[in-house]
This record gives sequence, structure tokens and C-alpha cells, in this order.
Amino acid sequence: MGGYRPGWLNGAVAWATVIYLILPITIILPVSLTDQRFLSLPVHALSGEHYLRLLTTPAWTNAILQSAFIAVASTVLAVVLGTLCAIGCWRLSRRSTELVRALMLLPIIIPSIAYAIGLYRYFAKLGLLDSFTGVVIAHGVTGIPYVVITVSTALAAFDPRLESAARGMGASLPQTLRWVILPRIAPGIVSGAIFAFIHSWDELVVVLFIASRRVFTLPRKIWDGINENLDPAMAAVAVLLVAMTVLLLLLDLALRRQRRD
Amino acid sequence: MSPKGRHAAGWWALILPAFLLMTAFYVAPILQVLAISVTEPSPGLGNYERLFTSESVQRVIGTTLRIGVVTTAVALLLGYVLAYRIALAGPRAQRWWLLAVLVPLWISVLVRAFAWVTLLRRQGLVNEGLLAAGVIDQPLSLVWNEFGIIIGMVHYMVPYAVLPMLSAMREIDPRVLAAARGLGASRTGAFLRVFLPLSLPGVIAAGVLVFIFSLGFYITPAILGGGKTLMVAEWIKLQILDLIRWGLGAMMATVLVVAILATLAVFSRLVNLRRLFGAGG
Repeated sequence: MGGYRPGWLNGAVAWATVIYLILPITIILPVSLTDQRFLSLPVHALSGEHYLRLLTTPAWTNAILQSAFIAVASTVLAVVLGTLCAIGCWRLSRRSTELVRALMLLPIIIPSIAYAIGLYRYFAKLGLLDSFTGVVIAHGVTGIPYVVITVSTALAAFDPRLESAARGMGASLPQTLRWVILPRIAPGIVSGAIFAFIHSWDELVVVLFIASRRVFTLPRKIWDGINENLDPAMAAVAVLLVAMTVLLLLLDLALRRQRRD
Repeated sequence: MSPKGRHAAGWWALILPAFLLMTAFYVAPILQVLAISVTEPSPGLGNYERLFTSESVQRVIGTTLRIGVVTTAVALLLGYVLAYRIALAGPRAQRWWLLAVLVPLWISVLVRAFAWVTLLRRQGLVNEGLLAAGVIDQPLSLVWNEFGIIIGMVHYMVPYAVLPMLSAMREIDPRVLAAARGLGASRTGAFLRVFLPLSLPGVIAAGVLVFIFSLGFYITPAILGGGKTLMVAEWIKLQILDLIRWGLGAMMATVLVVAILATLAVFSRLVNLRRLFGAGG
């Protein structure tokens, strides 16, 4: 903003806020490398034993694999349905589709605790409690908003005349989708997929209610760990989670930049 | 059917799968909560009566509103300062500032709560550090109380506060500020009488968003509150999983959902979720 410099107080508080946002997250890295048996900073040397323990304990590796499977499956569900829905709403673009779009955003607005208790009873009737199908459906449905948002944003920059031209020249709807619309909005779809994946990978509240013995995801394992025994393996798993999120976000930023250039 | 009608039918068919899945597996379970709240343990509005008669119900609502208001106020204040700094930064610097806001936004709530426990508990790094430095001789209770909850919740909410405010600030024409300065306004004057009022819609949107997210928050208050300070979401879980009082838990969940949707409806013109999540670029 031309010639407008922030004052020193503004700068100081802004920096302090950023440190408050970032520092607590970075602290888990040294803690995960401690040579002690309990949560602490390394005393004599850095040690990778907690990572080793993490990757050789079946309870942890199972939880990681289960979470990865559920996250991938529910991301596919959310991306396919969310993308098609966003395209339909964009093309029709009338009052009723605005309502549909608002409906698709509900899972972000309504607290997951309310959904979780309703789903618990609902799945009990359908026999879906403690099943992978059940968790994938729940995570897929609650991942749809992220896809609808990113794909709608991508579509807002898409010239609708391209679509009319394709249809005018005789392309069918599936052909128009495949060759005209989807290639143009691919970065938006990838963004949506990334956010839907992170959403499922981190989701805990719904899983606490609808899963028990068979389905045991990573967030549940961490939750139990925080409530029962705090040990450095928790810090190691936390570091792995953060690394994964940061990598996915950097990928998203790189894609957005590419799209702009 | 006319060709045009058939055309539209094709597009509606794209919407249909998501619509059906959302109705069957999202809306229906939510409506089930509403149904439970008026049928269990006996049909009628008995559960809702508790809103006016039960002290424990009123206490948990009071605690939730208090924590929600404090969290919103602190998150707005820090968020505004940060958004202002970002809005004034150059394009390159802006990218870094933004990354510092977006990374915490997407990092697992559980991981963050765990990090705060590591730092703030009695044998945590903050207490150990202060003890070693001789600043204190008794560990401070920084967590498993309301203070810990607010530290963790503000940490979660600041990014949600920054993004709508930043997007409002970016729409302010810098020439307006230059004009104010040219006409003799001081720096503070230009900020208070020009910038601040123009950024107000963003502040309100951020406030609404942070407040409604705070009301239904489960994980952070449950971990950092240590079971002593109960907010609505944890209270609902307690009623249902531990005390098996479905009616009461469902009633509170319904009240929560209605309160949130009503708040959003009132401010619907100011809060644009799509803009929030599109703000990363």
C-alpha cells in the first residue's frame, strides 16, 4: 500500500503472534529426538529411538495404515461427488443451486459433535458402526465442502462461453466435461483433494463415536496416548503428521502459483 | 422434453449424487438428533425445560459463552494486527506471512493440543525453564484449566480471524489512505477514521466465524481443560457416552446447531466461507 509503512508496535505484535502460532508446533521436533524415556528436551544426545519404536510397533503402524486407507478412499468419494456437484451448480447457477451449495457447506459449519452423536444412532440401525465403509462415508461426506469450495473458486475464473462453444459444436456432456471443463479446473480439484485428505487424516470426533475395536485410526491412537501415557513416541508421530501437512500445503501453494503464471 | 430442458437435466444429474449422499448421510443423522431430543426419555419438550430449570445445563452454557467471547476477542485483536501487517507487506513478504498463517491452520488440532500440553503442564518446558531460570519457585498451573483452554483455542482461531479480515483489507483502495494523508490526516487519524471503518465488514465476518467455531469446539477444550472446565461439546459427549442420557445430550446438540445457524443467518451477507478457503492464493 503505497508509502504506507506499518508502525513498530504493529510489527512487534504481528511478529509475536506469528511466533505464538508457529513456535509451539516446532517444539515437538526436539522433544521427539530426546534421549530420555519421558517427554523432555534432549539431554545428552539426539536420538531416533522413538521414531524407530513408532515404526516397529504394530499398534502404531496399523493405525497409520488404517488412517491412510480411510483418507484415500474418502478423498476419492469427496472429490468425485464434490467436483460434479460444483460443476452442476456453476452451470445451472440459479437460486435452487445456491441452496444446494449452501447445503454442501453445512459440515464445516455444524460442530462435528452434533453430527457424531446423530451418526452413532443412525449407523447403529444400518449396521455400519465400527466398519471401514461407515468411516469412509462419514469422512467423504464431511470432506465434500472443501472440494465444492475449491472447485467453485476455480470455476469462477472459467469462461462459460467455452462450454457453450463445445456443446454448440456437438460435444456431449461427458465429452465437454472430460475435454473442456475438467482440464481447466484441475488445480482446483487437486486443492480440494488435498484439503479433503487432510480433513479425513486428522478427523477424530466422529471416529470416537462410530468406531470401536476394528477401526482404530491414527488420531484415535494419539487421543488415547494423550489421555493415558504421554511419551516421546507421541512427539515423533506428531512430527510425522506435521511434516505430511506441510508437504501437502507446499504442494498446493506450488500448484496455485503455477496456475497463476 | 425440449433440447434445453434435456440440457439442464444433464447438469442436474451431476448434482444429484452429492445431494443424495449429503441428505442420506449428513442431513438425516442431524435430524435424528433433533428427533431424539423431543422423544427420549419421553415424548415432549421435557429436555428443553432443563434449559430453564437445571443449574448444570445453565453453567455449561455460561462457561461456553464466556470462553467463546474471550477467545473471539483475543483472536480478533491478534488477527487484526497480523492481517494489517500482511496487507501492508510487499508481495514477496506477503507470501511468507501468509504461509505462517496457513500452516498452523491445517496442522492437526490434536498435534497442536499435544504440543501445548508438552509446553504448559507442571513438568512442561515452560515451567521447567522458568524454574531453572529462578523466575518462579513453584510450577504455575498453565493447563487443565480455563487459561489453558483459551491459550489453545486462540491458537486455533487466529488463522480463521486473519483470513476474512485480510481479504477485506485487500479490497481497500490504497489511494484512499494516500488521499486522507494528503488532506492532512495524521497516521493514526487516517487509520482510525478511514482504514478501520473500511475493514469493519471483515472484522465482523471474522468475529462471527471464530465465535461459532468456538461454541462447538471439542478436542482442544477436552484435552487442555483436563475434564474440569466443561464446554458444551464435551458435556454432550459426557451425557451420551458416559451417562447414557441421550435426550439431554441431543437437546444440547440441537440448541448448539440452532444457535450457530441463527447467528450465521443474521450475518449471512458478511460471512463468505468460499472466500475464506480461497484466500490462500
